[in-house]
Amino acid sequence: MSHVIDSCGLSCPQPVLLFLNAVKENPHGPYSVLVDNDASRENVSRAARNRGFAVEEEDQGNGVTRLNMVKT
Amino acid sequence: MAPGSLERLLQGIAADTPPHLEARVLAGRARNEDAVVLDLPGGRAIVQSVDILTPIVNDAFAFGRIAAANALSDIYAMGGEPWCAMNIACFPQALAEEDAQHILADILRGGQSALLEAGAVLAGGHTVQDDELKYGLAVTGVIDPAHMAVNNGLKPGQHLLLTKPLGTGILATVAKARWEGAEESEQALTTVCGRLNSVGGRVIHSLRLSAATDITGFGLGGHALEMALASGVSIALDTQALPLLPRVLEYARDGLIPAGSHLNRRHWQCFTLVEPGVDEALESIVFDAQTSGGLLLAVPPHQVAEACALLLAGGDLACDVGQVLPARDDGRALILR
Repeated sequence: MSHVIDSCGLSCPQPVLLFLNAVKENPHGPYSVLVDNDASRENVSRAARNRGFAVEEEDQGNGVTRLNMVKT
Repeated sequence: MAPGSLERLLQGIAADTPPHLEARVLAGRARNEDAVVLDLPGGRAIVQSVDILTPIVNDAFAFGRIAAANALSDIYAMGGEPWCAMNIACFPQALAEEDAQHILADILRGGQSALLEAGAVLAGGHTVQDDELKYGLAVTGVIDPAHMAVNNGLKPGQHLLLTKPLGTGILATVAKARWEGAEESEQALTTVCGRLNSVGGRVIHSLRLSAATDITGFGLGGHALEMALASGVSIALDTQALPLLPRVLEYARDGLIPAGSHLNRRHWQCFTLVEPGVDEALESIVFDAQTSGGLLLAVPPHQVAEACALLLAGGDLACDVGQVLPARDDGRALILR
């Protein structure tokens, strides 16, 4: 069961901080992060790849993307 | 403001200036210069700029000093010498209460310390009550109009020397978020952003450099592109040669990039060519919005050694970060390699 983080409505760097704080608690995940802007999508994806997660994007409509992240 | 919208807004306002008034502007908004150079009667000229910031560090004195160094930097970037300045401050009501007034005093003292070091007199100022604390200065300098460093003065073959390390936007993000390393980040910001660009300014003057800019809100990439586009050339930056503030690369890899820096990269994407193999974190750092960043000096090859020696002797960095190249057919004016 993946831990879902909803960062919609937040601007950078808040979404990536939510994700990094969660990873501090549980480094293995998996995680799903909902983002609603390109900057957040890029920042969170980059942080996830840097922490050894594979990132898969899922379009949720209305400008929201779900980033599914599984430790590789 | 975001780079594109600011440009559109200014074009609309400047359009109705009568030619005899416009003639007073020797260098300025038409080429997005760092500061405006104005003709005075008798063949003399002044250089003016105004800059205002919200705090990027918690210490009031350090913030005041950073804001002043940031404002003075525009004068140095044109090859001018600071002469006088006026404070502009926006203070929340809570800070105007008697027991908080020392904060305002410390900010203004920080500004004054930078002005004194620059040899400029604080001539006055103005305060406004506002919800968010802001402090900045309108700065005036003297300049020789025959020897100013302008955005359209780039020529193929020139080297580009950068005088301060990059990453203040990223470190300010880390400091604001109280993330790991926040204290060290704030320390680095205090030292680097509070440093004047006076040494680089003197190098512009003594070597009669034709082009320079200071690196601020649009990031190294944005400011380099402004010069390249104004000069009709292209610029190649060697991303491996970029000087970085401590831990900036690590933070960039963790996505701790402020929204403004993302906007910069997106705005200039169509003018930028990123060669294969360039680290995407370094690409972000190239467009990281800087506060009181260094000068980017365009130096002809035969003067590079002398310029580096002068910068290093004055305690600045002298990083040869790239080169000016001829314009490209594909319209890309910034190559990251």
